[in-house]
Amino acid sequence: MDAFTTHTGTAAPLRRSNVDTDQIIPAEYLKRITRTGFEDGLFVAWRTNEPDFVLNQPQYAGASILVAGPDFGTGSSREHANWALLDGGFRVVISARFADIFRNNSTKSGLLTVVLPPSDVEALQDACETDPALPVTVDLVAREVRWADRAVAFEIDDYTRWRLLEGLDDIGLTERHLADIDAFEAARPSWKPRTLA
Amino acid sequence: MGQTLAQKVYEQHVVRRTEGEPDLLYIDLHLVHEVTSPQAFDGLRAAGRTVRRPDLTMSTEDHNVPTTNLLAPIADPVSRAQVEALRSNTAEFGIRQAPMGTRDQGIVHVIGPQLGLTQPGMTIVCGDSHTSTHGAFGALAFGIGTSEVEHVLATQTLTQRPAKQMSVRVDGELPVGVSAKDVILAVIAEIGTGGGQGHVIEYRGSAIEKLSMESRMTICNMSIEAGAKAGLIAPDETTFAYLQGRDHAPTGAEWDAAVAAWRELRTDDDAVFDREVVIDAASLTPYVTWGTNPGQGLPIGAAVPDPASFADESERDAAESALAYMGLTAGTPLREISVDTVFLGSCTNGRIEDLRVAAELLRGNHVAADTRMLVVPGSVFVKQQAEEEGLDAVFTAAGAEWRGAGCSMCLGMNPDQLAPGERSASTSNRNFQGRQGKGGRTHLVSPAVAAATAITGKLTAPADLVPAGA
Ligand code: SF4
Repeated sequence: MDAFTTHTGTAAPLRRSNVDTDQIIPAEYLKRITRTGFEDGLFVAWRTNEPDFVLNQPQYAGASILVAGPDFGTGSSREHANWALLDGGFRVVISARFADIFRNNSTKSGLLTVVLPPSDVEALQDACETDPALPVTVDLVAREVRWADRAVAFEIDDYTRWRLLEGLDDIGLTERHLADIDAFEAARPSWKPRTLA
Repeated sequence: MGQTLAQKVYEQHVVRRTEGEPDLLYIDLHLVHEVTSPQAFDGLRAAGRTVRRPDLTMSTEDHNVPTTNLLAPIADPVSRAQVEALRSNTAEFGIRQAPMGTRDQGIVHVIGPQLGLTQPGMTIVCGDSHTSTHGAFGALAFGIGTSEVEHVLATQTLTQRPAKQMSVRVDGELPVGVSAKDVILAVIAEIGTGGGQGHVIEYRGSAIEKLSMESRMTICNMSIEAGAKAGLIAPDETTFAYLQGRDHAPTGAEWDAAVAAWRELRTDDDAVFDREVVIDAASLTPYVTWGTNPGQGLPIGAAVPDPASFADESERDAAESALAYMGLTAGTPLREISVDTVFLGSCTNGRIEDLRVAAELLRGNHVAADTRMLVVPGSVFVKQQAEEEGLDAVFTAAGAEWRGAGCSMCLGMNPDQLAPGERSASTSNRNFQGRQGKGGRTHLVSPAVAAATAITGKLTAPADLVPAGA
């Protein structure tokens, strides 16, 4: 996972609520066994069928921050949705509310999800509609989103922030506690099921 | 202060707790399927890691498998490659795998309970959001992404934080023809698709206690559609009776020890929930969805809503775009909506009880002329059971198609898809745009509504049917 400290880029306003994972990337793109190359499936139905869809507009072609309506990422557990956004050039998604699994996956894949109050999400959407070239900074060190003369704080717990800043792999961290896992296993009840004979 | 059932199960699995860090939680059972695992196995290989507990891991192929021509190789080369990757990965890492057509193969959330691998008080994960299904047994079961699949394969643990607790209480007697599916669609319509966010839902109350295990699984299955991390129901005699004698259920003295531990798994009287929702069972009727998210549902007697009637702006916009996508006009009675396809199956409603309910309604009736009905059992075992009971003959005599087991048209990763503009009544769990095929339109329904709808070709409640031969 790439470390994330601070990122400055332009933002695309996605004024839709309940953007589910089937819209972010439909199931047919999930048949691949690789971890990259999912950009062709990103929002493919909307990109194909809606000429004025925000990501079809040339002024948002280079956007790296997606500013979406509430309940972004509902639906499936597919981490492919996070990979598709990363492959499509996004480093950050901002919304007033995320589905839990999507948000959790993003902390593992290096895509930053930022929760802002609905009024700030709208203000940012307005700002990048008025000026699509507006630079937006998402600063994980200061826990702040900045654009024009605005600076809006966001919350993220210290541990997750530290992991993202360092780009640390969870498995490596857990492996430091193998003795605890061994001890737990030794005390498990014998009637717990096993899949192998 | 007392603990909720979910808190008890969680606390029993904490391996390590340190201030300022998430907990490390032990995982009792890890279910694996072909779609969300290949990149995790690649990650293990790249890091030179092994699978810590293959004996707590079970894999099956479900999402991609065709439901016809089961003996031929999978025609789609990409689907075939994914299934083959699962087979070689599980062989390499020593994981039990249930290949297509064998008794234990089927939708991952159908086979766990069927094998008796899903038991009360366990922690169960799978790279699939509908893992919440297993909560019906009083297990803490939730979906994870591929990075976490790799984490569990390598360490048999996950980093977690305690979730918030929600109670959904359904008291009273469900009217005839109203099922578990209608209960959960009503719950989601009430609290919304984000209503359970950050919470584990415990379903309780007299109406829930009366439900069979199959029905409890239907309810817990769709917890994720309410935005919840997991859903669960306290284990009771119904749970124990379902489990006893299954392949992996404990036996003898171990059974007694297990049941004694399971009886402790109840929410304490003085436990506090962060949110409580109460629903009167007697007030429920069959529910159907009219829109493109599972919260957009109404009693079948209602009409397609007018977007202008929604006070909330984003709900209004969502309703407008849903009606455009669904090709519906505000004010149309739901009962007047004609469907092209009826899909009976999925991890929500592809179990034996679901097939029995539908077959009972179809017996002596016929699927409407311009409608097709696909019946896809949730597992090979369910298929065999249904065939022993003669249900396949009822379905085929009624003009429905009797298929092999898998996810099928629930998400259309295999050839079972809606054509653009086609409309379905589906017993699955998601009515998202394009979920069942590009441009396809989905109405979520119960198995009974699915069967009644197949007979008339329009969204129909079972009570609307004139009994065959009357
Ligand atoms: S039946 Fe549908 S919801 Fe269930 S696991 Fe398969 S694809 Fe997912």
